[in-house]
Amino acid sequence: MALVLSEEQQLLKDSAKNFCEQNAPVSVLRGLRDSKDEQGYDQGIWSQMIELGWAGMAIPEAYGGFDFGYGGLGVVLEETGKTLVSSPLIPTVLVGATAIAQLGNEAQKQVLLPKIVAGELLTALALDEHTSHNPSKIATTATKVDGGYSLNGSKTFVLDGHIANMLIVVARTSGETDSEQGISLFLVDANAEGLNIARTIMVDSRNSSNIQFKNVVVAEDALLGEKDQGFNGLDSVLDIARIGIAAEMLGSMQAVFESILEFLKQREQFGVLIGSFQGLQHRAAEMYSEIELCKSAVRAALAGLDEPDTTQAEIAVLASMTKAKLSEVFFLVSNEGIQMHGGIGMTDEFDIGFFIKRARVAQQFLGDSSFHRDRYATLNGF
Amino acid sequence: MQSQQAFRIETRAWLEQNCPKSMRTSMVQEEVVWGGRNAEFANPDSEIWLQRMAEKGWTCPTWPSEYGGGGLDKDQTIVLGEELARINARPALTSFGISMLGPVLLEYGNHQQKQEHIPKIVRGEIRWCQGYSEPGSGSDLASLSTKAELQGDNYLINGSKVWTSYADKADWIFCLVRTDFDVPKHSGISFILFDMTSVGISTKPIQLISGSSPFCETFFDDVKAPASNLVGRLNEGWTIAKRLLQHERTMISGFGLSAGQSDNGGTTSTISSLEGTAMHYRGDSKKLSDPVLRDQIARFKIDADAFAHTSKRSIEESKQGQGPNATSSMLKNYGCELNKRRYELMLQAIGSQGLGWEGEGFNDEELQLTREWLRSKANSIEGGTSEVQLNIIAKRVLGLPDILSLAQK
Repeated sequence: MALVLSEEQQLLKDSAKNFCEQNAPVSVLRGLRDSKDEQGYDQGIWSQMIELGWAGMAIPEAYGGFDFGYGGLGVVLEETGKTLVSSPLIPTVLVGATAIAQLGNEAQKQVLLPKIVAGELLTALALDEHTSHNPSKIATTATKVDGGYSLNGSKTFVLDGHIANMLIVVARTSGETDSEQGISLFLVDANAEGLNIARTIMVDSRNSSNIQFKNVVVAEDALLGEKDQGFNGLDSVLDIARIGIAAEMLGSMQAVFESILEFLKQREQFGVLIGSFQGLQHRAAEMYSEIELCKSAVRAALAGLDEPDTTQAEIAVLASMTKAKLSEVFFLVSNEGIQMHGGIGMTDEFDIGFFIKRARVAQQFLGDSSFHRDRYATLNGF
Repeated sequence: MQSQQAFRIETRAWLEQNCPKSMRTSMVQEEVVWGGRNAEFANPDSEIWLQRMAEKGWTCPTWPSEYGGGGLDKDQTIVLGEELARINARPALTSFGISMLGPVLLEYGNHQQKQEHIPKIVRGEIRWCQGYSEPGSGSDLASLSTKAELQGDNYLINGSKVWTSYADKADWIFCLVRTDFDVPKHSGISFILFDMTSVGISTKPIQLISGSSPFCETFFDDVKAPASNLVGRLNEGWTIAKRLLQHERTMISGFGLSAGQSDNGGTTSTISSLEGTAMHYRGDSKKLSDPVLRDQIARFKIDADAFAHTSKRSIEESKQGQGPNATSSMLKNYGCELNKRRYELMLQAIGSQGLGWEGEGFNDEELQLTREWLRSKANSIEGGTSEVQLNIIAKRVLGLPDILSLAQK
C-alpha cells in the first residue's frame, strides 16, 4: 500500500490546487451565500471542473470515465477542501457515481455514468431520516405496485437534493425499521409526482434539503442493486464516500492550520511575535502532529480503495478509522482556528468562520466520530 | 523489478534454511540479545541466529559491506524486512551500537574509527552505552560539564553521567564531554569514545518507581581516553550529538508502533490485546460491557492505526541514505504518548488485578503489567521530553520564532 502520492497523483494535485486558488477561492462561497444563490454552486466553475475531467475521475474508462481511481479523486477533494469549493463533486461524483458503478446493472451504468462524466446528470443520496446518521434505521417504504414500487416517507440532510436530476433513495421493501434486512435502493427522477423537495439553508452555505415522498411511483427497473439485500452494498458505497469526505476535511484543516501559522508569525503583542509564546507553540506542534496522522489515515484509506485485494471488511475498518479521526481533528483545528486568531477570528470578514461552519457539517455527514468509533469497535469484535 | 523479485526468492530460501525454529516466535524480554564481551544467550538458538545474520551483515542491512554491513539498497532492505516479518523472525541483535552510534559514526567518523568499531557492532562483539545526561543537564543537555582535558596523547576525563542505560553491562561508551569552558555552551562540546574497563570508571544502578532498572549513574575519575577516539572535530560534538538524538527518537517512537500492534507482540508484555483483555476480565463475550472504556479503547486503537500509517509513510518518504529528520520529534512524541495511553487503558482493563506489586494473588503477567505501566511514564522523558519535542517541532518544522534563542547563546 503506497502512502506517498504517485507522480501522476502529484501532478493532478498541483493542477487542482492551482485551479482552486485561481478560480474557486473562499470568496466564491462567500458570494453564493451573500447573494442567496438559488443553485448554491457556481455553474461556470462546475463546467470548468467537468472540462478538467474531475467528474469522471474514479469512473472506469468503459463508462466514459478516466479511471484515475479514488486516489485521484481524493487529491482533488483535498484541494477543493482547502478553498471550500461548493459544487456537485461530493453528492454526484463521490456518492452518486460510486453508487451506480458499484450497485448498478450494466444498462444503468451504460446510461448514467457517461452522463455524470459529461456533467449532464446531478444526483443526490436520500438516506438519513433522523438527526444523526444511522443507515440501517429506515422507515421510508417502497411497496410493490403494478409495474413497480410506490415510495412513502421522508428524508433529511439530503445534499444537493433541490438541484439533483435524480435521487438515489434508500427505502424499506421488507423487515423491521432498524433491520439491515429488507433495505433496497431506487433511482427516482427528481420531477416524479408526489415528491416534495424543500431546500434547507445550512450553516456551511452548501446545499441540503428535506424531502417527502407521497405515493411516488417508480418502475421496476428503478431498483438499484438487489431487492431487500441493499444494505451491504449501500454500506460499501458509504465507506467510499466517508473516505472521500475525509479527504476534503484533510484539505480544509490544512488550510486552517496554514492560516494559524501565518498569523502566529505576523501578529505582535507585548512587543514580540505571538508565535514565540510556548503556550501557543505547543498547541501548534500538537495540531501539526494530529494533521500528519490524518494525512496518513486518508492516504492509507484511499490506497486501500484502489488496491484490488482489499476486502470490504478491511475498507470498512479503514473508513471508520479515517472518518472518526478526521472528524475529531477537524473539530480541534477549527476551534483552535478561531481561538488562535483571537478577535479577528470571530469576524465574518475573515474566512476562518467558513471553515468551522463547514467542519461541523462534514463531521456529521455519514457518521460523526462517536458513530465511527462505535462501528470500529464492532468491526474489531469488541 | 526482476532483480528485486530474485532477491526476495533468494532471501526467503536463505531464511528458511538459516532461521532456527525457536527464533520464529515473538520475542520475550529475557531472550533479547544485546551482544558484547559478556554476551548472554538465554536461548542457545539465538547465538546461532546472530552468527548467521551477522555473517551476511543483516544485523545492519543498510550499512556498507566494506565495514561488515549488509550493503543493501532501500528496496532490498524493505524486502528483507518483509521476509523477516513474514516468518515472525526475532531481531538477531538489539543494541545502542546499531540504533544510535553506528549511523553517526558512519556519517562523522574517520576511516580508522569506522574500521575499528563498525564491524564489531554488526557482529555484536562490543556493547555500547550512551553518556549524555548529567545530574545538572537534563532537557538542557548542552549545559553538560563533564570535562575532558588533553594531556599528551590522551584526554583526561572527569565528571559524571546519569541515566546511562546498561552502563554496568556495556563494554564501551560514546560520551559527550566539555572540551572548552570559555565559549557558548554549544561550541565547547566534543564527542568521544572510550572503553568502560578503563581505570577510574565506576557505575551505580538506579532504582525506579517501577523497581530495578537498567539505568545507572556513571562516574569518571581521571579516566584516560586516547585522543584519536574523538569523533569529528574538537568542540564540534554538538552537531553529532543532535544527529544521534534523532536516531534515538526514531528508535523510541517504535514503542508507539508496538502499541499499535498489540495483537501480535512487539511489547515485552505477554498480555496482548487491550480489548481482549478488557473483555476477558469482565467476562464479556461479544461486546465490551463498559461503554466508556470501549470508546476509549476504540479511540486509542484508531490513533495507533493512524500512527502506524504515519511511521510507514515517513519511511517511504525518506530517500535512501537520508536519515531521520525533524519529523522524528513528532513520531517520538506521539509514539510515547500513545504507549503511555496504552498502559493506562490496560490498567483500567484489568482493574484491581493490575495493581499488585509482588507475591501471591497475582499472576506473573499481572505483576509485570504494574511495573511496565510505571516504567512507561519515562517514555515521554527519556530521549528528550515531550515538551522538548514540541519545541523542536515548533521551531524546525513550523518555523515559529524561537524565544529560547537568547537563552541558548
